[in-house]
Amino acid sequence: MDYTLLLIQVLNGLQLGVLLFLVASGLTLVFGILDFVNLAHGSIYMLGAFVCASLTYALDSYLLAVILALPIIGIIGYLFEVFLARPLYSRDHLDHVLGTFGAILVIDTIAHLIWGPAGIAIPLPNYLDGQIKISENIELPTFRVLIIIVGLLAAFGLLWLVNFTRLGMLIRAGASNRTMVSALGIDIRTLFAIVFAIGATLAGMAGMLIAPITEASLGMGNNVIITAFVVIIVGGIGSVKGALVAALLIGLIDTLGRAFLDDFFKIFMSAAAAENSAPAISSMSIYLIMALILSFKPNGLFPPKLR
Amino acid sequence: MQFIRSFKFFILASLLVFPIIFNQIGMSFYLDLATRLCILAIAAVGLNLILGYGGMISFGHAAYLGLGAYAVGIPAHHWLYGGLDFLATTNGFVHILIAIAISGLFALLTGLICLKTKGVYFIMITMAFSQMAYYLFVSIEEYGGDDGLVINTRSEIPLINLDDPIQMFLVSFSSLIFFMWLVHLITKSNFGLILSGIKDNEARMVSLGYNVYFHKLIAFIFSGIICGFAGVLLGNFTTFISPEMIDWSRSGELMFMVILGGVATVMGPLFGAIVFVILEEVLSSITIYWHLPFGLLLITVVLFFRGGLSSLFSK
Repeated sequence: MDYTLLLIQVLNGLQLGVLLFLVASGLTLVFGILDFVNLAHGSIYMLGAFVCASLTYALDSYLLAVILALPIIGIIGYLFEVFLARPLYSRDHLDHVLGTFGAILVIDTIAHLIWGPAGIAIPLPNYLDGQIKISENIELPTFRVLIIIVGLLAAFGLLWLVNFTRLGMLIRAGASNRTMVSALGIDIRTLFAIVFAIGATLAGMAGMLIAPITEASLGMGNNVIITAFVVIIVGGIGSVKGALVAALLIGLIDTLGRAFLDDFFKIFMSAAAAENSAPAISSMSIYLIMALILSFKPNGLFPPKLR
Repeated sequence: MQFIRSFKFFILASLLVFPIIFNQIGMSFYLDLATRLCILAIAAVGLNLILGYGGMISFGHAAYLGLGAYAVGIPAHHWLYGGLDFLATTNGFVHILIAIAISGLFALLTGLICLKTKGVYFIMITMAFSQMAYYLFVSIEEYGGDDGLVINTRSEIPLINLDDPIQMFLVSFSSLIFFMWLVHLITKSNFGLILSGIKDNEARMVSLGYNVYFHKLIAFIFSGIICGFAGVLLGNFTTFISPEMIDWSRSGELMFMVILGGVATVMGPLFGAIVFVILEEVLSSITIYWHLPFGLLLITVVLFFRGGLSSLFSK
């Protein structure tokens, strides 16, 4: 087997994994703490990519664009919470689903109106566009390595925030008993809005990171959201740690399945049969894994102990 | 009460009569619209059985529409181009049987797993499984993959010619009436009462000794089969099927119909489908960005009108 190819594919899998984590962590935080189902989370990921693309062209710098786009997406997330999510907290999940489904249609159409139907590519600065030479014949793209590092930093930053800071303590307290927390003099509504904004910022960041590779496009949010759902279902809804483990797992399985499943099938079936069946099976692989895990652990790998 | 009953009768009668009249005076467009409406309403009736009466919020029912349509398209494809001889046919009864078998099987297999979970898990898992079907059909090159499959010949059923728009409409309309009646019967039956008992208080039904999981599974399968049948009609109507029909936004639209019309009512899904099809038609004729007003409307309905359209008529 070609180990260079394997290494590259593992790297791609990790990259997909950390991006999935950035999207899924916001979903799982918002669900675990606010008990709110947000289908429109993928649209915020898409907005992140588009806003970053526009700013990159306006400022002529990708790095500046990201730094400026992050707070913009945070504010959009905050406004989303105030106007749509907040009135729905007391309703059942069906209303959350329908309301945020409506929000997807609105956000996607507005994005269509502003940025047009075609995707927008983001040019990378030279210092990010190169390759890192690891050994004689192995080179890794700098930007992909950077995505993994930034994603992992964000993941551990979030785990640290939730588990070891005062804000995180309040968030966890609010999740287990919101009435008690507000009785102790904490402004629970602002706290929830902050959680929502953090989740939106993370999703937007994922969009900004992927856009230079794929380009910012209209369908990207709706493609990622279902996979993010699979991630948080597998990880256990509400668990940030579960989201991290599941995101890396799903990212690796999906990428490696697409790359190597036909070679694997050729071991025990004819080449033609393997080439026909491998794409179908690998496109279903993450759902089959989800089904498998759920039949043993219906609440995911790391079900939160609260509630 | 009398007024409401005659109002419902009036809606059904106009749905039957007006499209045919319009067609006779040369406006066949309205006949197509009504056929599409009936087919979507059948799917909504199927979804309502579990969403409305059973409290199971499935966000993946477009998958069954797609499976039903592919059950027409794939045998017809092989009939024309060869390959897989055991499957190749244009016989409508075989198409319906395949659709029932496949959608029932898909509902059984996914239901076994989905129904172990509740609430949000259930919503997301049904969504994920329908997306799995989406990616499956995208990846099968022989059936057109992303581009979809043109259905060259419609299903052949003795004495009925589906190529005739009026007959296509009449078949769709009478199927709709049949399934509304059937779901009505089910909900009034012992089984239906158990189902709504589960919706209201699952723990209580468990302690009363009912096999809750089994009852939910049967309802889930049945609902899938009804949508699969609607898919057979849809395939015959559009003579084209693509994975895009399975996309989760289609499932969202089906849910919108059921909720807007009013859950757990006989006429609700029909009202919902009428409003949806008219909205889609009117809004998309005004602007290609019709999703914007549609989305705003959806948000408004969720925020301010609870109980759907039926509650306006029945209270």
